[in-house]
Amino acid sequence: MREILESIDQWRAEGQRVALARVIAVEGSGPRDPGAAMAVSEDGRVAGSVSGGCVEGAVVTEALDVLATGEARRCTFGYSDDEAVAVGLTCGGTVHLLVEPLDW
Amino acid sequence: MSRPLYEELRAALLAGEPVVLATVTRVGEAATAATALAAKLLVREGSETRGSLGDPELDRVVERDARAVLDRGVSATRHYGPRGEARRDDVEVFFETFVSPARLIIFGAVDFTRALVEVAKVLGYAVTVCDARPVFATRARFARADEVVVEWPDRYLERVGPSLGPRDAVCVLTHDVKFDVPAVLAALATPVGYVGAMGSRRTHEQRWVRLLEAGASEGELRARLMSPIGLDLGARTPEETAVAICAEIIAVRAGRVGARAPLRDATGPIH
Repeated sequence: MREILESIDQWRAEGQRVALARVIAVEGSGPRDPGAAMAVSEDGRVAGSVSGGCVEGAVVTEALDVLATGEARRCTFGYSDDEAVAVGLTCGGTVHLLVEPLDW
Repeated sequence: MSRPLYEELRAALLAGEPVVLATVTRVGEAATAATALAAKLLVREGSETRGSLGDPELDRVVERDARAVLDRGVSATRHYGPRGEARRDDVEVFFETFVSPARLIIFGAVDFTRALVEVAKVLGYAVTVCDARPVFATRARFARADEVVVEWPDRYLERVGPSLGPRDAVCVLTHDVKFDVPAVLAALATPVGYVGAMGSRRTHEQRWVRLLEAGASEGELRARLMSPIGLDLGARTPEETAVAICAEIIAVRAGRVGARAPLRDATGPIH
């Protein structure tokens, strides 16, 4: 989180809205621990990361959607027993994210 | 009107102050209508708690638990009933704990120190350079250090030792027995998780003898003192040596010292 504050400050100073995605849980092998954070500006700029680059593309889509709807959501990437999500971690783990508008 | 929660969090992070951000990450059907996904509580040491999870009893319990995780410096996920009841699974809360950065204290304002400051900053350490010689311990030489202190190492550690913990590290780069011995002894008297001392094999042997003569126990030296400092990477330049030292600090913290083989030759988990 600390490493993305500067980008967030800059985007907000430009009048951009910002979405924040944070890792809240990891099952199995995952490259980033809970707390890893990524910020996405309304015009699609990115700071930080939530995986080793495997799911960031999909997180940008989720983040922009969250800004459009204004509603926070929980997203899961990876494989679990009952679902095979198209976007996954190549290491085989599952990562749970909270994606929310930074309006607080 | 008080400033927004994010501004409060930002201020704490920039100041390196410990803080916990508790966020609702799942809401079951039994949760009260006021408890929403992403509702937050911000808990700072010695400061009033900000925000709300939508129910005063839930807030009270989560604040209590946040103070407990803050003390332990870890992040956690817990589950509660709608009003904070234990052994229920209606509200999931993620406690994200931001601790102040770990400290690296480097004794000896030498050229290896400059490179070690750079690599340690990449790793997020708050770095102090300390040397008793004002000619060498200057801000200009160690611009990236958080702090440059002109003081005798043992006196410096006597002063700051009580504030150090297992996440912190001490590197003694003076490689001169008369400076090293008091510095290593003082470092071993603190609870830091890593103590390393630079020197050739010969310097190391002389230092070991002097440390024993000065009252250090052989058991403690073997358990805690990394000397000669650094992993065996074949490092030669100050920059390569800094990488070897930081690699060792990481390995010691992760309990992997001894397992120095390349990942290619190991079979255990990577993370």
